[in-house]
Amino acid sequence: MAEVTGIKEYIKPENLVYTRTKLMTENVLHYCPGCGHSTAHRILAEVIDEEGLQSETIGVCPVGCSVFLYNYIDVDVQEAAHGRAPAVATAVKRLMPDKFVFTYQGDGDLAAIGTAETIHSCNRGENILIIFINNGIYGMTGGQMAPTTLEGMKTATCPYGRDVKLMGYPLKITEIVATLPGTYYVTRQSVHTPANVRKTKKAIKKAVQYQKLNKGTCFIEIVSNCPSGWKMTPVQANKWMEENMFAKYPLGDIKTPVE
Amino acid sequence: MAKIKGSIVINIDRCKGCEVCMVTCPTGTIAMAKEVNKQGYYYAFPAHPDLCIGCASCAIVCPDGVITVYKTKI
Repeated sequence: MAEVTGIKEYIKPENLVYTRTKLMTENVLHYCPGCGHSTAHRILAEVIDEEGLQSETIGVCPVGCSVFLYNYIDVDVQEAAHGRAPAVATAVKRLMPDKFVFTYQGDGDLAAIGTAETIHSCNRGENILIIFINNGIYGMTGGQMAPTTLEGMKTATCPYGRDVKLMGYPLKITEIVATLPGTYYVTRQSVHTPANVRKTKKAIKKAVQYQKLNKGTCFIEIVSNCPSGWKMTPVQANKWMEENMFAKYPLGDIKTPVE
Repeated sequence: MAKIKGSIVINIDRCKGCEVCMVTCPTGTIAMAKEVNKQGYYYAFPAHPDLCIGCASCAIVCPDGVITVYKTKI
């Protein structure tokens, strides 16, 4: 392992503040530089590690950029057909009620192909945690328009910008599932600054603890970037996300449990 | 008054040079290297290691988790 270090005399095990969690494998992540998926993977792994749930966790991964999640997080993972992760997770949870079951899906997977599965599993109140990465684009297939693409945003399949008269309005699926009685905790976060990463980690931790109560579906949307799909550098993409995505998708808790 | 000093270790083989850590660092410790790593990216490195305060902002925001942070009081 090649590495560069700062001042060597401070590097002692007792001074350690932060290192990558052991639950992340040694494989180099295949995501593009600056992609929010990588950060989301890492904080999810950190929470599972801190809660001591490594052997109790079963993940369900989607089709999309995050399809290789099982290469990076050292837990049991089941692959699902495109959009069907909540349906697979329902079966896993019902057969093994003691396990912690999560799905990890992108916007093309959860909000387009899997809309029915998402809405119905949330409506049934399945005890699963759904992590939804929203970057407003189909990243893996080359940057096509997704249901969550912003009005006027340019993608490969709407090169003149999304025209709402022709292509419809951006879908706010998180607000939709928050209206369903089956959901217990619904929140929207992001992972582009240290403060937001900390907040997202807290939200995931809360959701994992709520799962132990068996009260219903927990749904966490993470507004993320797609530097390659948006054709920007990672730093520009984060800035663009703050200016445009957060206006349409405001951060914060949407549904919190009533005491 | 005790001063807080930090030090970072960057695994340059995993770094993808996204520069997010560089813009996040509150003290300007991190810069991008002039040469590339084995993946072909300009990796991040502690250009001004004496400025580091060990706040771990870079490590928390790093998508690839390449940064390890140490902190001490002197």
